[in-house]
Amino acid sequence: MYKYDSIDQKIVDERVAQFRGQTERFLRGELSEDEFRPLRLQNGLYVQKHAPMLRVAIPYGHLSSKQMRMLAHIARKYDRGYAHFTTRQNIQYNWPELKRVPDILADLATVEMHAIQTSGNCIRNTTSDQFAGVAHDELIDPRPYAELIRQWSTFHPEFAYLPRKFKIAVNGAVEDRAGTLFHDIGIHTVKTDDGEVVFRILVGGGLGRTPILGHVIREALPKQHLFTYLDAILRVYNRFGRRDNMYKARIKILVKELGLEKFRAEVEAEWAHLKDGPSTLTQAEIDRVAAYFIDPDYEVLSAVDADYERNLLEHKAFDRWVERNVFGHKQAGYAAVTLSLKKTGIAPGDATDLQLDAVADLADEFSYGEIRVSHEQNLILADVKNRDLFTVWQRAKAIGFATPNIGLLTDIIACPGGDFCSLANAKSIPVAEAIQRRFDDLDYLFDIGDIAINISGCMNACGHHHVGHIGILGVDKHGAEFYQVTIGGSQGLQAALGKVIGPSFAQDEMADVVEKLIKTYVALRFEDEHFLDTAKRVGIEPFKASVYNKKAGHSEVEVANV
Amino acid sequence: MSSLKIIRDGVIVNDDWTLVADQDAAWPSGQLIVPLKVWGLRKHELLARAEPIGVWLDGHGDVAILADSVGQLSLIAINFPKFADGRGYSAAALLRTRYGFKGELRAIGDVLRDQLFYMQRVGFNAFAVRADKDIADALKALNDFSETYQGSTDQPVPLFRRRAAHPSESSA
Repeated sequence: MYKYDSIDQKIVDERVAQFRGQTERFLRGELSEDEFRPLRLQNGLYVQKHAPMLRVAIPYGHLSSKQMRMLAHIARKYDRGYAHFTTRQNIQYNWPELKRVPDILADLATVEMHAIQTSGNCIRNTTSDQFAGVAHDELIDPRPYAELIRQWSTFHPEFAYLPRKFKIAVNGAVEDRAGTLFHDIGIHTVKTDDGEVVFRILVGGGLGRTPILGHVIREALPKQHLFTYLDAILRVYNRFGRRDNMYKARIKILVKELGLEKFRAEVEAEWAHLKDGPSTLTQAEIDRVAAYFIDPDYEVLSAVDADYERNLLEHKAFDRWVERNVFGHKQAGYAAVTLSLKKTGIAPGDATDLQLDAVADLADEFSYGEIRVSHEQNLILADVKNRDLFTVWQRAKAIGFATPNIGLLTDIIACPGGDFCSLANAKSIPVAEAIQRRFDDLDYLFDIGDIAINISGCMNACGHHHVGHIGILGVDKHGAEFYQVTIGGSQGLQAALGKVIGPSFAQDEMADVVEKLIKTYVALRFEDEHFLDTAKRVGIEPFKASVYNKKAGHSEVEVANV
Repeated sequence: MSSLKIIRDGVIVNDDWTLVADQDAAWPSGQLIVPLKVWGLRKHELLARAEPIGVWLDGHGDVAILADSVGQLSLIAINFPKFADGRGYSAAALLRTRYGFKGELRAIGDVLRDQLFYMQRVGFNAFAVRADKDIADALKALNDFSETYQGSTDQPVPLFRRRAAHPSESSA
């Protein structure tokens, strides 16, 4: 993974000093709340229901074991012994004291970490595929470009006060595991027929209040033009994006209002001035950064390991875990392991300090000392030998991270919701738990198969509910917490937005609702057909009928209220 | 002549310009910073005064209007109605890099310490720090960072090109 040189380190150290000064001036009353707000947000610090919430950047989801131990240390020393992994590969602490935040940042800086631009109306942490570099379906390793974008976007002076937040994701595999269609800018690293790396640039995607799929603005951008082209897009957005209404301020609205062709023309006109200028990327710089992402010293292994095969046969539970939590690796004899942070009864994405330390140990012993974070809020050991899988499974089980549910119904994506977040209309965590408890039969879960349930506590959509096969959105109805359900959303290259099935439900109805939806699917599916495919084939009507029929009287009232 | 203080080229100095906020206001003597509209309407009168001329506009104004005037202007001020409105940064960058403005580029309006570093980078060399703030305190922000990644007006060459030129300095 990328290692700071003395300049990278100095920039992060100077940031700690800068934020310490800002915090002290705020506490002394020299900075007003309005003046301090954008400053603390650009450092990932929110004021939440109970305490400030600090979001720490995990660039493109990569962590070393040393960094993971620091995250555990911070949870212990400054928080209540746990932390929460987010849907954008970051980590959040829910209980730090404002005056100690500069000390947290100083601790983070000692392991090349920070909270820079993890919130605020600026360019946010760049995200990528959690399996980047090891995926069996990878075309180009996107990580060097994600790191280059991290550096370009860090303290970019012209784009620190954009109309609204700005998120960039980079994907380099056949499958899109980075949600590039739902980012302000999505980048696909692809190879031309001549073997040249080029970028397909998408713009104007996003979830939130107005979910829109991104459009291809440039099909094959030669790689040296990456920064000048990004500068051109951002400058057009910074100048012309709406600032009169925060709900219409994302770049997707500008693209929509201008139309893609007009927007593209504006970008091209701006780019004509910047193209081939000093910000043109050099092969030397690409090579310098790419050198940090070379393969570890893989052993030459046979794809088949006798002990591993025997354990699969002898231990049904291990076999199930491998079926769900192990992902195909490009290197024979190796696998990428997903540690599930979706155990029933635990808030999705939460981990304790002891669990974080244990994961660091696992990484050191079995996966070259590195860990990945997925936007599904799980952790990944990317380079585990097949012959070590049984031991890793046992060790993961001991810390509660071996639930064999990756991609299954209980692998729910959820934001912190109304339990913690002051923006939320409704709670997310109890809904996730009620659904997990309802589906506690592993045989049934495996029979249901691949399905994504996404829960957001408000339309800011941190739980990405629009792209859940079943999406659940917390809404406020006359001061009460209700939940709107969508069906048929999906991420990936065939991304789609879910359709609302009808009036919303009370919290205690949600497990029933999901159960009815699943029963409908099971009744209607063809053999081996996934929920999403059945939903696409039959449409929402049968699901709607199953959920609303038995409470017709009630739903008429609901319709009148919505 | 105003007795207000500003930061210019890294030093706190007396402001030797008078800002004419309103397009209908009478002109005092001395160097004036007039609204963009006044420059459009009364250019000849301003040129006849035999004083250096300054113009101010809001950050969201179209700086391309000044493309042909930059040679006649000694000062351009960009107004930040609210510090969190970032359009003035692009306006400044365009004036410096696209239209070649070499005179004083001044940030006015809601100008606060914690934005000065970025303002300096995109091309501002003068800052009328909001009157209720400590200008000496604000001055310190110009040195918040000693190194920057991306190119901008103050340093068009991005770090990666400079790193390549001095690899020994950056090895950790």
